[in-house]
Amino acid sequence: MQRATLDLWVGLFVVAGIVAVLFLALKVGNLGGFDNGETYVVKASFDNIGGLKARAPVKSAGVLVGRVAEIGFDPKTYEASVTLSLDARYPFPKDTSASIMTSGLLGEQYIALEAGGDEKMLANGDALKITQGAVVLENLIGQFLFNKGDSAADKGEAAQ
Amino acid sequence: MMEALLEHVRGIGRRTVNRVWRMGVAARFFLLVFLHSGPSFQRFHLIVREIFSAGVLSLIIILVSGLFVGMVLGMQGYETLQTYGSEEALGVLVSLSLVRELGPVVAALLFASRAGSAITAEIGLMKATEQIAAMEMMAVDPIARVVAPRFWGAVISMPLLAALFSAMGILGGYLVGVVLIGVDEGSFWSQMQAAVDFKEDILNGVIKSVVFGIAVTIIALFEGYDAPPTAEGVSRATTRTVVTSSLAILGLDFILTAFMFRGV
Repeated sequence: MQRATLDLWVGLFVVAGIVAVLFLALKVGNLGGFDNGETYVVKASFDNIGGLKARAPVKSAGVLVGRVAEIGFDPKTYEASVTLSLDARYPFPKDTSASIMTSGLLGEQYIALEAGGDEKMLANGDALKITQGAVVLENLIGQFLFNKGDSAADKGEAAQ
Repeated sequence: MMEALLEHVRGIGRRTVNRVWRMGVAARFFLLVFLHSGPSFQRFHLIVREIFSAGVLSLIIILVSGLFVGMVLGMQGYETLQTYGSEEALGVLVSLSLVRELGPVVAALLFASRAGSAITAEIGLMKATEQIAAMEMMAVDPIARVVAPRFWGAVISMPLLAALFSAMGILGGYLVGVVLIGVDEGSFWSQMQAAVDFKEDILNGVIKSVVFGIAVTIIALFEGYDAPPTAEGVSRATTRTVVTSSLAILGLDFILTAFMFRGV
């Protein structure tokens, strides 16, 4: 009798522990997502990826359609080569363009896909031709100042 | 004067050599427990009883502490995140800090003071009342009969307790953040799910708790087995268990974290 109740408690404890791990995996973690579903892989090279990280979301029209699988550096073209793993339920045309966006002013960076008009669809291992890298704030400010200086010089010339 | 100084220096040397010597004995003891665990798996009810006394009896303190740690995290996190207008990230903050760090570490600290001290006291007292010597007389291997089941019972319990701690903490954070303060429920969970990775975060947390479980249990068992067979000796060994295993947990946590999370 004593051993039976003890076994019951231990059994309950182990079950509760496993339920806690499952809760963490499914409700807290992203194990329930489409990560395990069918995916296909597409490559894209960017001149600058900014703060993009592996596992960042890939969105089209704001909807999550995949994740960044891998980020590498191409020593031949000196560009970042990003591997995207896209949900197989969502095929995209061959001339789809990819651009790196920021969600919100200070939010994380993600890749936005803009579908093109090609009739052929992207296959596993294809590369995206049209890409636009991340906007680097410093470059933007530099450009702005440069333009300012330019237009000021123009004005000066015009006055002469 | 010179004599006293010399004695002092000798004392330092003696204590250092003593520490190193004890380390060696502890390492040999660890190996011995592993080699003698075979028979305790054949008599699994011994392990089940130890899971009961190390795991089930620690449940209350783990669950209640987890809940309160999560609730405090929810409150403090909201205070800070609110100033940046990103209180939806509360779920991320609560879950990541619990799953990666607080769950394994705090659960292990509680486990060391709740179950580790009990193990040391029990074995120390068994030794003081010569039960262990009696077993040896009867040709019963005390390591296989007494020590190994306690080791495995505690090592099995530890990750389960840490997972329960994290789960309770996240529920506590949800309770305070969403139910009391009113953070949006959808973004609380969805941002959490987007940020927490199963392999990177949850599995690494489980690995941490297993390592802590092994460290705490082996320290508790060794201190008990090595305790001088007196009332004072047992009480000192119990104190040493809690102090040493707490330090071991925090030191190991730093090493494991440095290995696991070095940024992308």
